[in-house]
Amino acid sequence: MKPSFDEMHASAVRVREHYQGYDQWLARQPRDLMAARRDEAEMIFRRVGITFAVYGAKDEDGSGTERLIPFDLIPRIIPSDEWASMQRGLVQRVTALNRFIHDVYHGQEILKAGIVPSEAVTNNAQYRAEMQGVDVPGGIYSHISGIDIVRAAQPDGSGSYYVLEDNLRVPSGVSYMLENRKMMMRLFPELFAQHRIAPVAHYPDLLLETLRDVAPASADEPHVVVLTPGMYNSAYFEHAFLAQQMGVELVEGQDLFVKDHFVYMRTTRGPKRVDVIYRRVDDDFMDPQAFRPDSTLGCAGLLDVYRRGNITLCNAIGTGVADDKSIYPYVPKMVEFYLGERPILENVPTYLCREADDLKYVLAHLHELVVKEVHGAGGYGMLVGPAATKAEIEAFRAQLLANPSNYIGQPTLALSSCPTFVESGIAPRHIDLRPFVLSGKKSVQMVPGGLTRVALKEGSLVVNSSQGGGTKDTWVLEN
Amino acid sequence: MLSRTADHLFWMSRYMERAENTARMLDVNYQTSLLPQSADRASEGWDGILGISELTQAFQKKHDRVDARNVMHFMVRDAGNYSSIVSCLSAARENARAVRGTLTTELWETTNQTWLEFQRMLAQGEFERDPAALFEWVKFRSHLSRGVAVGTMLQDEALHFIRIGTFLERADNTARMLDVKFHALAGDYFGTWGDNDAPEVDFYHWSAILRSVSGFEIYRKVYRNVIRPDKVAELLILRPDMPRSLAACMNEVVSNLGMVANEQSEETQRRAGRLRSDLQFGRIDEILSTGLHAYLTQFLDRVNDIGAGISRDFLVPA
Repeated sequence: MKPSFDEMHASAVRVREHYQGYDQWLARQPRDLMAARRDEAEMIFRRVGITFAVYGAKDEDGSGTERLIPFDLIPRIIPSDEWASMQRGLVQRVTALNRFIHDVYHGQEILKAGIVPSEAVTNNAQYRAEMQGVDVPGGIYSHISGIDIVRAAQPDGSGSYYVLEDNLRVPSGVSYMLENRKMMMRLFPELFAQHRIAPVAHYPDLLLETLRDVAPASADEPHVVVLTPGMYNSAYFEHAFLAQQMGVELVEGQDLFVKDHFVYMRTTRGPKRVDVIYRRVDDDFMDPQAFRPDSTLGCAGLLDVYRRGNITLCNAIGTGVADDKSIYPYVPKMVEFYLGERPILENVPTYLCREADDLKYVLAHLHELVVKEVHGAGGYGMLVGPAATKAEIEAFRAQLLANPSNYIGQPTLALSSCPTFVESGIAPRHIDLRPFVLSGKKSVQMVPGGLTRVALKEGSLVVNSSQGGGTKDTWVLEN
Repeated sequence: MLSRTADHLFWMSRYMERAENTARMLDVNYQTSLLPQSADRASEGWDGILGISELTQAFQKKHDRVDARNVMHFMVRDAGNYSSIVSCLSAARENARAVRGTLTTELWETTNQTWLEFQRMLAQGEFERDPAALFEWVKFRSHLSRGVAVGTMLQDEALHFIRIGTFLERADNTARMLDVKFHALAGDYFGTWGDNDAPEVDFYHWSAILRSVSGFEIYRKVYRNVIRPDKVAELLILRPDMPRSLAACMNEVVSNLGMVANEQSEETQRRAGRLRSDLQFGRIDEILSTGLHAYLTQFLDRVNDIGAGISRDFLVPA
């Protein structure tokens, strides 16, 4: 039998220590009360409009579909010592990643040292030659990093954390972390009286502090804005939410223009200078003069202002070069190279299909591996070997052989599970965790925990909201 | 404040106000149609509603007969009609959603909830079951939005643009309503009718107008007199203390416009101020002597012109 690890239950009869208080409380809750609470949560989320748009889907009346991300009532609980170590690991990893991006766009020492292969960087579609030699404030590129972490069962029954993926472009989901907590406090205030749960509500404050910290030196009183692709973007709620929580303007590309080497926004009282853009728009769409000419989501001439150091973009242009799945395997080596430290957080063992030996192994073990596109995201374009049919495996094999360097393979991890309130009652479902790490000139900070995503389908390992995943509140217990 | 944000706020409140006024008109006509009257007069009333909103042609493309059922369906739940209540509430909500971060949580949730709830009511047949209750509900949701805006928003530009939208739209709607109701009886109105139908028909006609702007009780209080058309016109045009009159609306537009004035808005403010002065110092006999229809037509043009000026100066600057 495959090993498994449940966050709550050490065995059929034993509840882990940090879940015991919750378990006793849960045992006292009537099932229909929990169901009523879940309905209440759904109603509130709808009224508040915490919805996401699904690309391409249409309602009957032809308007875009707005859906709720299912919210699960049972929290994911992390003991304080585990979090302390994870937090150290996150600071270390994100610091190294920022050093790496700076290096890529400057001396490229790590390539010269032969630690990361040059072609993995320079042939990378996310590498932005325009950024070569450009200095950004504090040498920080990834101000907001979403690091996806999973816990996998080991043969001895323990569970180890692994970093599954670094998201250094425009990681999303933090608003769900905050709203989930608000919802839990509203539905079950007594739980918060009984447990010492580390608060997360100050995230927008830390974010604003980070954004102001990296403003251009020329800005005395930095003027920060959030740039959204608009209200039909799937993460629009989050963009509006963060802007509101920080008390800054939510702008669209059409609100911005460049004049005399600075960026301005159109206001009811004339143009107003902008110093820091927390942009939720991909690199490709940021400046039609520099990148995709058909984009209307960005601002013409922005890159030039950026290169002159008159505006700060968060995250920087070109961070994608470091969160690509083909770079991922080298992150532990970056930690050693730049920081001279042993990596605290582990990577999942990864086979690079661009390398002949690895490709051979992957082809021989397709039925037991997860194979992903190097640039893919959102759970699209991947093969989960153990769950795939023979035909699917063969179709994928052809795809893989056509362009091996586009793929990596990883063992199918026995992802940890957490009890989840589903139709049939309370049952274990697989989860992951995305902490949000904020990097400024002075410090690397985060709020305890992050967003826990849960694969609601029984046995499923795919937690993405676009593929039927849900979310849970994440508790880090304080001592 | 971002120009685009101001634009969304302005239109959010305009659409909410328009939904309310449409509900008011339909409600009064529906109530009137319950009175004994000839079928012709009933259909004139429904014709008038389409005429008010300049929708006669659009309606004719979809329906053969002008009757209560068809017009109400068209004006309440036809999403293809951009002036229907469902379209207005949807547009109000879409505009609110685009700037939800600028609104207080209460105001956003009120607007969102109105939209969600209205859809549910339509889906469950509540409109067909009891149109009057639905109209009443729309009116009260609009009252609620306005109250939540005034009661929770910081008194800054955002609120001023919301208020400008509300009162500009209301001025437009009151003027249209007056125009069509007077027009329905006698072409243009110069203060006296010629040989007229029975006086009790007039009573129901004028009291319906008053009710559609919540003005029946106000009329009695102000004039302590029988209902006379010239007084109805005076109340709805010139009385600054009548909350839906043209004078009251223009007072609000002018004072809110003054709060957001910028370097290029001088001309728009001058025009708004002048229109307000015309109302402030106008007399109903003068207005009626040139003809009410001509007067209201010109008023609508001037309101429209002020709206265009606001757009140019604040909302969509070049």
